[in-house]
Amino acid sequence: MTEYITLSMILFTIGAVGVLVRRNAIIVFMCIELMLNATNLAFVSFSRQHGNLDGQLAAFFVMVVAAAEVVIGLSIIISIYRTRRTTSVDDASLLKS
Amino acid sequence: MFDLQWLLIAIPLASGALLLIWGKESDRFGHLIGTAASAASFVLGVVLFAALLGHDAEDRSHAVSLFTWIDTGTFHVEMSFVYDQLSALFVLLITGVGTLIHVYSIGYMEHDERRRRFFAFLNLFIAAMLTLVLAGDYLVLFLGWEGVGLASYLLIGFWQHKPSAAAAAKKAFVVNRVGDIGMALAIMLMFAQFGTSAIAAVNAAAPGATDAVTTSLGLLLLLGACGKSAQVPLQSWLLDAMEGPTPVSALIHAATMVTAGVYLVVRSNAIFDASEVARTAVIVVGLVTLLAGAWIGCAKDDIKKALAGSTMSQIGYMMLAAGLGPAGYPFAIFHLITHGFFKANMFLGAGSVMHGMDDDVDMRHYGGLRKAMPVTFATFALGYLAIIGFPGFSGFWSKDKIIETAFGENLWVGLGALLGAGVTAFYMTRLMMMTFFGDARWKDDVHPHESPKVMTVPLVALGALSLLGGVLLVGDWIVEWLEPVTGHAEHHELAVPAIVLTLIITLVAATGVALGFLTYGRRPVAAETPADGSVSFLARAGRHELYGNELNEAVVVRPTRHLTRFLVWFDGKGIDGFVTGLADRLGDTSQLLRKPQTGYVRSYALTMFAGVAIVVLCLLAVTLA
Repeated sequence: MTEYITLSMILFTIGAVGVLVRRNAIIVFMCIELMLNATNLAFVSFSRQHGNLDGQLAAFFVMVVAAAEVVIGLSIIISIYRTRRTTSVDDASLLKS
Repeated sequence: MFDLQWLLIAIPLASGALLLIWGKESDRFGHLIGTAASAASFVLGVVLFAALLGHDAEDRSHAVSLFTWIDTGTFHVEMSFVYDQLSALFVLLITGVGTLIHVYSIGYMEHDERRRRFFAFLNLFIAAMLTLVLAGDYLVLFLGWEGVGLASYLLIGFWQHKPSAAAAAKKAFVVNRVGDIGMALAIMLMFAQFGTSAIAAVNAAAPGATDAVTTSLGLLLLLGACGKSAQVPLQSWLLDAMEGPTPVSALIHAATMVTAGVYLVVRSNAIFDASEVARTAVIVVGLVTLLAGAWIGCAKDDIKKALAGSTMSQIGYMMLAAGLGPAGYPFAIFHLITHGFFKANMFLGAGSVMHGMDDDVDMRHYGGLRKAMPVTFATFALGYLAIIGFPGFSGFWSKDKIIETAFGENLWVGLGALLGAGVTAFYMTRLMMMTFFGDARWKDDVHPHESPKVMTVPLVALGALSLLGGVLLVGDWIVEWLEPVTGHAEHHELAVPAIVLTLIITLVAATGVALGFLTYGRRPVAAETPADGSVSFLARAGRHELYGNELNEAVVVRPTRHLTRFLVWFDGKGIDGFVTGLADRLGDTSQLLRKPQTGYVRSYALTMFAGVAIVVLCLLAVTLA
């Protein structure tokens, strides 16, 4: 059991570090997905451990939300790419003018 | 009939407004409109005066209220006017002399491209002055009082392209404001004490008021009168006011406006009768100004300033007479009228001389003008004989009466007035000798010539009035005429018969003439003003206007300037420093807060992770504890 949780933590950490250090929006996006899936893994593992379905339910819920989020996120990235010819998140810092 | 008195004011006011708003096409005839308006007022004044003569003595005060001006709670002011014996005389003087000066100005201002505006201001002045003397309420009087102040300001500074004229106008305005504080406070005090500012009501209530009230009212009104009439200590503006065109000096700064202070005192006679202190203050102010003005008149080489010193001095006589109580009031007004004639005459004469001398005012450049300007000389001589009190001329009667009444009050006051008569004769003889007699000291390119008819005719009229003004005293007419307004006077018996006193006065004046003749008529006059160091202390002080300007500078202007500087400093460093300092600190703080806002998504994300980590750690800590 502990191994699953450890793997989940490792994946989450990789995703979090990726979000923080990478500049390419696509990579950042993938890292977010990685974090979501790490969470899903934790949900499922705990669901198995406790013997109820609450965790699996939550995992499905996360997947649905993630699918919707991917749609919106990717379209934002594409439109940024179209206007700025770049997918670097650091270039999109207009808020600090 | 007497309800028409508002027309006296309305005609010149309308004409003045018309001339100001009408465009350039009225330049050709604007001066005629202005003169006609003044003349119309004069004709109406004569008609009203004739009607007044037809009434009994008790029935000669006609009040009319045009409308309610202010009505809030207990504060009630009517736009009221009173046409009575006193204001009737003033109306005739103002519109009569005013009209003559309008006519004169047609010639004098002929080459000035702003002549129409000049006439508009003159009309405005006539309207304001008539408001002043016809007012039935002190607040209405104040309206005219400020109106003449405004007209005076506009006309002194008429040639505003000259910095000296602009400065003189400002000075006159500011000094008059000091006097106006007195007027304003007096009116407020009337409201507070009597609940009204109607002149008749205040005069009726004054005898019953406490000493403190009447004394403060009297002194405050005197302060106002000092400002308007250029009496010590507010005299400094009058000599500078000579920067204005000469007809203005004649009309406003000699014949009419500057006598408003005397009018005020006479009009408020009940207040001054009720307060011995205020009355004495009026006498002192009058006597001091009388001598100071004469002193200055002796030392000035500028013909207009010499005449201005003389005006101060003569108004001092009127003030003195007004301070002598009911015995003096009629003579104050009598001298005011005769002075209006002969001083306007001499000022216009001086203007005529300047006209012929290319606007040079320095008498040391004149000399021997009697041949070049016979009419001006003849009329000026009439004014001269009137002011020194030559027997038979108008000034002889009026000044004689004032000195006689002054001796009845107090020996020293009488002697002061007598000395003034001698000095008057001296400085006028000096002026006369330097201007019209002796050798010609003209500059090379100056060719003196007689002024045109339009200027000399008013001179002749005023010269005749200077000669004949004394008829008002025939059978004590003016005394009886004014008695219902100014009150009945007990007759003082003098230690010597009046005829002896008259002889003494004439003798003193003759001495002054003789001295003046010996000093300036027998010896050649220097063509340039002698340096300050080479003249006596008396002449030096007179030239510097008895150091009145220096005194004002040291006592008022400089301390005020220091105070202002301190206030500016305190405002900048203290108040502004606190407010801007506070804003600066807030700005600094927000700069610090701005630093973390980098705009990079990563840094926001890091913040978020840090937050989450902290929350998790807290949860753990709580759970484990």
